[in-house]
Amino acid sequence: MRSATLSEGAVIGQRLPPFQALVDEHRSALYRYLVASVGYHDAADAFQETMLAALRAYPGLRHGGNLGGWLFTIAHRKVIDAGRAGARRAVPVAEVPEPPRPAATEKGGDRHHELWAAVRLLPPKQRSAVVLRHVAGWPYAEVAAVLGCTPEAARQSVRVGLARLRIETRRSGTAEEGP
Amino acid sequence: MIIDDELANGPRPDADRRGEDEAVRAFTERALADGLVDVAYATVDSPIGALLVAGTGAGLVRVAFSGEEPGHVLDELAARLSPRVIEAPVRLDPVRRQLDEYFEGRRKAFAIAIDWSLASGFRRLVLQSLFAGVGFGETVSYRELAVRAGSPRASRAVGSAMATNPVPVVVPCHRVLRTGGALGGYGGGLDVKRRLLSLEGALPS
Repeated sequence: MRSATLSEGAVIGQRLPPFQALVDEHRSALYRYLVASVGYHDAADAFQETMLAALRAYPGLRHGGNLGGWLFTIAHRKVIDAGRAGARRAVPVAEVPEPPRPAATEKGGDRHHELWAAVRLLPPKQRSAVVLRHVAGWPYAEVAAVLGCTPEAARQSVRVGLARLRIETRRSGTAEEGP
Repeated sequence: MIIDDELANGPRPDADRRGEDEAVRAFTERALADGLVDVAYATVDSPIGALLVAGTGAGLVRVAFSGEEPGHVLDELAARLSPRVIEAPVRLDPVRRQLDEYFEGRRKAFAIAIDWSLASGFRRLVLQSLFAGVGFGETVSYRELAVRAGSPRASRAVGSAMATNPVPVVVPCHRVLRTGGALGGYGGGLDVKRRLLSLEGALPS
């Protein structure tokens, strides 16, 4: 479904599936995207807000093409809004700590925590690009559709975001390749 | 570990499933509370198989037998009523309870509002007449039902109204037989029709 794009004439007039089908198909990927973007604590709220906004707008869609991309575009905007609201609250703490988890006492757990904290602190566009590309495994064309940019710009956002993560968390990485 | 692999494994995979279920549950609850669910549906287990039941703000709009493909039933609801179709069992609790009681022989009449949107014109008229006028344990012929609906010669049209009944079991098309007592047809299969009539003590000999 995600491979269809808005410009394809064939999808115009395609009927909207029951909203529950959209929830069932995308819930896992969307939840993972939100946990990666805003952290475990705020992911449930962000999920609820994304889905409610989508459900509210759903009957007004003119066709059922690329509904997954549409849903993640809403999620991407919610994440940006949440970041702005957080900045406005101006709490002098750079980052709300995650609750301790059993593995967090081990070295590996700390390393894991450090990586995802760094992901959340990326600029929104780079963060969404990295998460959609590397957590969700999307092709660049679809990442670009969500970010509202060209595939080349999406590739660049991923490249810059990854480079930043590698430096900040002192990790190695493979060369960025793929569609 | 290479950063790409670590990212692909996702954040906190141990907690993902539980958190995800909770997030979906909270979304569904809020969607219901905010009036954003136009069609709610659930699956109800019964002695005649799993029934898919769907309701709107106006009432029960669809009952589908287990032989019908749920995906098709839901697609049809989305196309004909509204694409805001959400699985929300809590919204169908009264229907589930009354169906349970009916199949246990403890309920003779359904106190459930019906949304007739999926039946139109003469078909709707016939189904409404059937729902209001033919009670538990009674049977009626296609011709008699045509008379009651005010079109004595329309027994064939009554037959197609029964065949396309969107709310079977609750709107009791199983109580409609051929003149002389032959079973006629049934959307859920003749075994189901026989079983429902037998439950009601109305199986023709």
